[in-house]
Amino acid sequence: MLPLPNTSPNTSLPAELQRYHAEIKELAKSYGLDTYEIVFEMVDHDEMNMIAAYGGFPTRYPHWRFGMDYEQLSKSYTYGLSKIYELVINNDPCYAYLMRANSTTDQKLVMAHVYGHCDFFKNNYWFSKTNRKMMDVMANHGTRIRGYMDRYGVGVVEDFIDCVHALDNLIDPHSPFIERRPRSESRNVSDDDSSDAAAYEEPRIRAKDYMDRYINPPEVLAAERRKREEEAKKARRFPAEPSRDVLLFLQQYAPLERWQQDVLAMLRDEAYYFVPQMMTKIMNEGWAVYWHSKLMCEHLVEPAEIVTYCDHHSGTLATQPGRINPYKLGVELFRDIEERWNRGKFGLAWQNLDIDERRSFDAGVGLGRQKIFEVRRDHNDVTFIDNFLGEEFAEAQKLYVYGFNQRSGQYEILDRDWTKVKAQLLWSLTNFGQPRISIVDGNHANRGELYLFHDWNGVDLQFEQAKLTMQSLFTLWSRPVHLETREDGEGRLLTFDGKSFEFKAMTNSAPAADVIGYGPA
Amino acid sequence: MVRKIGRDLPRFREIVRGRIKRDLKRFVSSGEMIGKQGGRYVSIPIPQINLPRFRFGKNEKGGVGQGEGDGGEPVDGQQQGGPGQAGEDEGQHSIEVEVGLDELAQILGEELGLPRIEPKGNKQLETEGGAWRSIRRTGPESLRHFKRTYTEALKRQIAAGIYDPENPAIIPIKNDRRYKSRKVIREPQANAVIVYMMDVSGSMGREQKEIVRIEAFWLDTWLRSQYDNLEVVYIVHDAVAHVVDQHTFFHLRESGGTKISSAYELCLREIRDRYPPSEWNIYPFHFSDGDNWSTRDTEHCVQLLKNEILPICNQFSYGQVKSAYGSGQFKKDLDAALPDEARLVTSDILDRDGILGSIQTFLKKGR
Repeated sequence: MLPLPNTSPNTSLPAELQRYHAEIKELAKSYGLDTYEIVFEMVDHDEMNMIAAYGGFPTRYPHWRFGMDYEQLSKSYTYGLSKIYELVINNDPCYAYLMRANSTTDQKLVMAHVYGHCDFFKNNYWFSKTNRKMMDVMANHGTRIRGYMDRYGVGVVEDFIDCVHALDNLIDPHSPFIERRPRSESRNVSDDDSSDAAAYEEPRIRAKDYMDRYINPPEVLAAERRKREEEAKKARRFPAEPSRDVLLFLQQYAPLERWQQDVLAMLRDEAYYFVPQMMTKIMNEGWAVYWHSKLMCEHLVEPAEIVTYCDHHSGTLATQPGRINPYKLGVELFRDIEERWNRGKFGLAWQNLDIDERRSFDAGVGLGRQKIFEVRRDHNDVTFIDNFLGEEFAEAQKLYVYGFNQRSGQYEILDRDWTKVKAQLLWSLTNFGQPRISIVDGNHANRGELYLFHDWNGVDLQFEQAKLTMQSLFTLWSRPVHLETREDGEGRLLTFDGKSFEFKAMTNSAPAADVIGYGPA
Repeated sequence: MVRKIGRDLPRFREIVRGRIKRDLKRFVSSGEMIGKQGGRYVSIPIPQINLPRFRFGKNEKGGVGQGEGDGGEPVDGQQQGGPGQAGEDEGQHSIEVEVGLDELAQILGEELGLPRIEPKGNKQLETEGGAWRSIRRTGPESLRHFKRTYTEALKRQIAAGIYDPENPAIIPIKNDRRYKSRKVIREPQANAVIVYMMDVSGSMGREQKEIVRIEAFWLDTWLRSQYDNLEVVYIVHDAVAHVVDQHTFFHLRESGGTKISSAYELCLREIRDRYPPSEWNIYPFHFSDGDNWSTRDTEHCVQLLKNEILPICNQFSYGQVKSAYGSGQFKKDLDAALPDEARLVTSDILDRDGILGSIQTFLKKGR
């Protein structure tokens, strides 16, 4: 069944599950979870794989990439390698899919889990700017893109989409939260460009009236004025400030057809829609696990189901060497926070105790529940880890840093020092572990060339891929593209002019870094 | 649900197979051929297309893990690597999963541009298969189609104006009765037999046998996809030939001289005794390193092929595996003696990379 927004809720849910749904809804409410209306749909494994391949939106635009994801999911399901338990869409109403073949125990677990997610979607600050009618928006995007495919050809549109996909990590995850001064407003106030120029008085040498014509000759003044204007024009940057939202820049300024602009805008919207979910993966999953385990253990599990439940719950939280399980890390950290705030283990007084005193500290303040709700409202993964991951936690969770040992040719455990663990975790979460690239100049060398800056932070780009990505950029911009980066700390300038690549050493790469305001670490 | 994936999935597959959008083909991390691993399945990686992006290059940076272990202990299962994989699941690797043989055969067929084999007319048996999908006006009561009969009666009553909605009694008369009937379907039933012959004399080493093994597996896969009923006969020979089972065929190592005619004679006997050419498609494959005992025996082989074997089989394939000791003379002799035989296909297999080409040579004719 297509989960059309106007279908009445819970239509496809068997009566038994509808009863459980009602019960879970009441329970969630009684704990203070605040969700949108949740609509559960029953699907079989094939539909589940398909919906998951479309990122949760069955009505999405056609693209081979979804076929690729589907093939992987369905093969790995068919051969018992993986199984999707739960799929929930951040939307109002919130859609969640249940796998028909799952046992009732699993269905209860998943429904409780979904209530956790939905509460998070609705209340976490980083989701506050997302469109809650995304189901409709995605469907509209699909219709429009199919329309373009009919008109301009599947291959043409798909090639363009491929280009954009190669660039869709070039967005600014924080941009929805930046309140920029609206352009029109600055135009209306009097210090607008043209009036500014008109009001400007050239410096004059003081002279008697009758001598003024000779001491301050008008043609000199005029020349002076022209020179000034030209300089002002030169100083006007394009874009005015470096921007990480390369997609927006291309959408606004690249020489694109209208349909291309439209497609680019749609794909950009979709990329931004998924950003909060990437930003809060650990928290979101942790929060959902916290609530399914609370609701299941304290209310929902029948004695006969307990073994099944434990089996599946611990499967979700299992850790593998060399990998962080966001479910596990998230829920453990939430529980740790709850316990700390229950016992009053926070604040300066507590911090100044030594570690043994800190460990056994208990002032019985009981603020835990309140605190975790506050955390789920305010934080994202980076701030969550940064604020709450401490020495005791890292030790209790047996976290470690691993690295590649070139001598043995394998990955090895390097250190269990909690500051290093934390630094590494934060590093990998920052910008989703992707390089930060900004657009600095859209009119480089006054030849309309694109100039990008990679904010190098110790790790080099993969240059082969960077080259190919620049080809995609060139396809959209249709003028030469430059990328300033570093290799082992040495400045490098990559240029692609449509035919060939140039890879130049840069002696002086500082200025752009200054412009952006963050130099390499 | 409208199966939208029905459009995107084939499109992806076509890209992977290089049919459309060839410029993307270079981003495909493609599977490699791996032999049969027990059962019916083969393990090959799923192809993936990774569009280029701005990514971090070095993966020496490592990451954070959770669990037991001391410093310096290796972290297992760490394939993906790279800073920043913690939050995201962007696969640079391919997952190995198993693929059904039918699909493999299809991929092989498309990859090599193999034609579908057309079974010969006289070897096509017609079975009287049937399905209950036809309707007749006469028949035994046991096959009466109740719904159709009812509908006819209803139609008749409405048309005649004797239908009364208040009292909707429908009474069929004889003319209304409809009966299920069997529709006869003629299905070609094709049988095929593969006769593998391998030289196991001293000069065929491990590597040579491995090549034969891999090639035989793929030939098998393809032919199985073309025939419902495939039988396989394995023959090994040095100076004398034996029929053996599959395991022995691939593992036997003997030494001694080589008399190829012994295998051909045995092959002929097998075909005559068990697989009458009027009912079977016959595919003999012979693999050797090209050494034969004497030119007289080679002469005998040529005569056997020309007069006895070739006329009754669909295609006779000879694959010559290169070995350190073999002279490779036999292929030259065959090609020289039987230059115009369309049913004889010979190919050289220099090393493992040559397998695909050789399979293509053998199968491209579509006999």
